[in-house]
Formats: sequence, structure tokens, C-alpha cells
Amino acid sequence: MADSEAGPIARLLGAVVRYGEAARPRTIGPLDLTVQPGEILALVGASGAGKSTTLRLMADLEQAASGAVALSAARGRTAFVFQSPTLMPWADAQTNVALPLELIGVPRPEARRRAAQALASVGLGDRLTARPSQLSGGMAMRVSLARALVTDPELLLLDEPFAALDSITRRALIEDLHRVWAARSPDRPLAVVFVTHDVEEAVYLASRVVVLSAADGRTVESLSVPGALPRPAGWRLDAAYRQGAEAVAASLAAAMPSPLPLEGAGS
Amino acid sequence: MKLLPPLLLIALLLAIWEASCRLLHVPTYFLPPPSAVALALVQRAPVLFASALQTFWMAIQALIVSTVLGGGLAVAVSLSGAAERAVRPLAVALQVTPIVAIAPLVVIWAGLDNAQLAVVSLAAAAAFFPIFSGVLTGLKSADPDLERVFDLYGADRFQRLARLRLPAALPFALEGLRVAAGLAVIGAVVAEFVSGSGAAQGLAWRLLEAGNRLRTAELLAALVWLAVLGLMLNAGVSALSHAILRRRA
Repeated sequence: MADSEAGPIARLLGAVVRYGEAARPRTIGPLDLTVQPGEILALVGASGAGKSTTLRLMADLEQAASGAVALSAARGRTAFVFQSPTLMPWADAQTNVALPLELIGVPRPEARRRAAQALASVGLGDRLTARPSQLSGGMAMRVSLARALVTDPELLLLDEPFAALDSITRRALIEDLHRVWAARSPDRPLAVVFVTHDVEEAVYLASRVVVLSAADGRTVESLSVPGALPRPAGWRLDAAYRQGAEAVAASLAAAMPSPLPLEGAGS
Repeated sequence: MKLLPPLLLIALLLAIWEASCRLLHVPTYFLPPPSAVALALVQRAPVLFASALQTFWMAIQALIVSTVLGGGLAVAVSLSGAAERAVRPLAVALQVTPIVAIAPLVVIWAGLDNAQLAVVSLAAAAAFFPIFSGVLTGLKSADPDLERVFDLYGADRFQRLARLRLPAALPFALEGLRVAAGLAVIGAVVAEFVSGSGAAQGLAWRLLEAGNRLRTAELLAALVWLAVLGLMLNAGVSALSHAILRRRA
């Protein structure tokens, strides 16, 4: 394992993904992205820029038609959080969270014990027997986060996970994510790749923000965000936060297809 | 009182029926008044009840057979895309073929002296498709992102079936069962018309016998039993499915 700890946890080199039937093919990429162990990386870009595809490539849920994808996380050590909580509606929170462990062969009693711990770590230690329908959107997303964390992943991939939540809940979940990330021991760090539409969220959350081109998903810019993680209280008032957000917004605007010139419309 | 409006309507219709029969002097073999049907229901109660029980039992057996076969085949077929594409047209062919048309064949196979087996088989054939189709649709109804969670942790096909697809299929299977219950009763009656009923005589036998003898009131009484049977079976399956789905939701 010493080798994999030295190198990147995931690396895409010119990865191209093709969708659709042969008559109307749609190509995303070439995608280039390197994720180092223990870093928090935010991926921003317009809809259809290939953010979800990038995540699915790194989760090995999608195969590249060409280019290289190198993944070094061990089996079961890559976790994914989707846009919706994607919980099994017929199972309680503890059973939902224990699922990944049971799928990779951990005996049920131990899986359930670790699931209870993971739920406690996201503040739901008292809701083990709750069904997803009995949970609020924020709590269901916390269960989903606990399910992702229960296997002690080396790579955590999140696909706009908090987009459907109100801003208070969203901020609380980001603090949760920072806390969980910081609690990991330095010899087993957690790398996080977080896809979002929200420039402020990206800057607050990540130490590096990667902007993807709206046209084909190529990386336009990789901006590092100064400051320590987790963010100190009131960091949203800090100049570094405002400057980071403006830089990402400018880069994102430049990556968009140019709008029709308005002054030409009247003539 | 949600029951009041339908009960009032039924009472009104029965009153109009009774009055027209009496005022217009309609012959009872053509259309007996409701009072005559009620009398037949009471007088022939033991015979009609025994026959209704027989038809009910046939329908239940058919429902069990079609659930085991239809559900089992759907699960087996769902494990392979090629198998599903191979089996679906055959299942549809079975569905669109009237059971009356295959009855003579099934009677030959079951043996002419084994009418009950023929009736159960034909009713099971009628009830097969909704269960097969419901389970197969349900097995594929799981959230695609939840399927991806199973991909992510390298689930094998049996883990996927037991932990994801079967639980996801349950509501669809129960809805299929509800539709199949009605079809099983219809199938049991139609099959008995065509193949006879052997020693144990179901409601179809009562309908034929009463019709042949122009005992129209008894014929209508048998129809009442048949309607009650269908409603009871439907209500039973609905209650079962509510109980199951409520327990896990």
C-alpha cells in the first residue's frame, strides 16, 4: 500500500466517454484530472460539462472509450453520494448504512455495529430504526453520507449532494463533511471530490477548485483556495473567500459558450 | 357515511326492478323480481354456498400455482437479458390466447375424468400474466443510482436480487396479484363451463343447470354469489398488500 499512498488516488488522462446511439453520438472529454490522497477538490462547470461523468469514471461505474483511468483505492474504499439520498425505502437507517459493508463481506453483526457508529458520526445516533420516509431531506442526506463513510473510504465522490437542501442545512452538512474529513488519521487520509453548481460552496468547501469547460468537459483552470480546512468561524467574511469566489466565477464565465451580442439584436 | 350513497342507489334500482316486474307482468322465467332472487338465495343457500366454496377453492389453488410459476419465472428470467427477450413474447402469446380456446387441449392433458385439474390449470393460465409481468417490471424498477451503489461495492447478482430487486418488486407483485385474483375467479368459471366440473360442482355448473331449466331466479342468485366471491377475493388481496406494505413503510 506504500506505493499507492505516494501517488495520486485517482487520475484521468485524456479519458473520453461516448454516450448515445451511433447515429447521434455525444462525446465528453478528453478529461484530465488528478486527485491526491487527502485533498478536497471541488468540480464546477455548466450543466452537461461532464462533472457527473468524471465522478463515475473515478468510481469505475463508467468505462472510458479511450484514454487512461488509473484508480488506486482498494475495493470498497471508493464511496459515492448521489444527488438524492438513494436509500432503500423499505429498510431502516442502520440497515441502509450497513449495506456497503455487508456487500463487501463484513459479517452482519459487525456491519451493523459500524453502521451505528457511522450514523452517530453524522449526528443521527438516535435514529437507527427510522425509515427514510420518516426522515427530513437533510437527515436522509446525512444517512447517505454515513453509508458512504462506513467503509472508511480513501476516495469520497459527491455529485451535487446538497443541491436540493435549504442553505442552512447545506452549510451544516458542509461543516459535517469537513469535520469527518479532519477526523481521519493522517496515515489513512480521505480524498474528497465534490461536484457543485455553486461557486461559493466550492470555494468554502475545497482546497482546490477545478473548472470544466461547458462545451466538452476539458479542464479550463485549476484554482487553489487559500486557508485552512475546516474553515474557521466567520470565514465567509474573509477576503480570501470573496476573492476565491470571484476568481472561480470569472473562470466559469469564461468557460461558458459566448452569449449572443445584445447590441446586434436591434439592427 | 361513505357507504350510504351506493346503498341508496342499489335500493332504488331494486325497487324500480321489483315494481316494473309486477306492474308489467314480466314472466319470472324471463326476468324474476328481486324478491324471487332473494327467495332463491335463501332456499338454495346450502347448494349455492357449497358451489361458491368449490369455485373459490379452485381460484385460490390457481392463484397459488400462478404466483409460484409466474413469480419464479420472472425472477429466473430477470437474471439474464437474453432470457427475458426470449420468454416475453411467449408470455404475451399466452396472455392474448383466450383460455376457452386452450381448454379442450388442457382437458385432454388432464384426463377427461379429472376435470378439477383442468379447471385449476386453466384458471392458473388466466392468472399467470399479471403476476409474471408485475414481478418482472418490479425487479427492474429499483432506482438506477441505488443499482450503482450495488455496482460500487461489487455486489453479486444474488446479493442484488435479495437486497435490492426483490424488495423493490414487492409492490408490483402485490398489484399483479390483485389483478390476477379477479382473473383466477373468471378463469375458474369459464374453465368449468368448458370442461365440466367432475364430482364437485362449482358456480358455473349452477349457472348452466339453472339456465337449462329456466330457473332464472336461481341463475341470478348464483351470479350474486359470483360477484360476492370476486369482491371478497379482491378485498382479501388488497388487505394483504396493505398490511405488507404498511409494515415496511
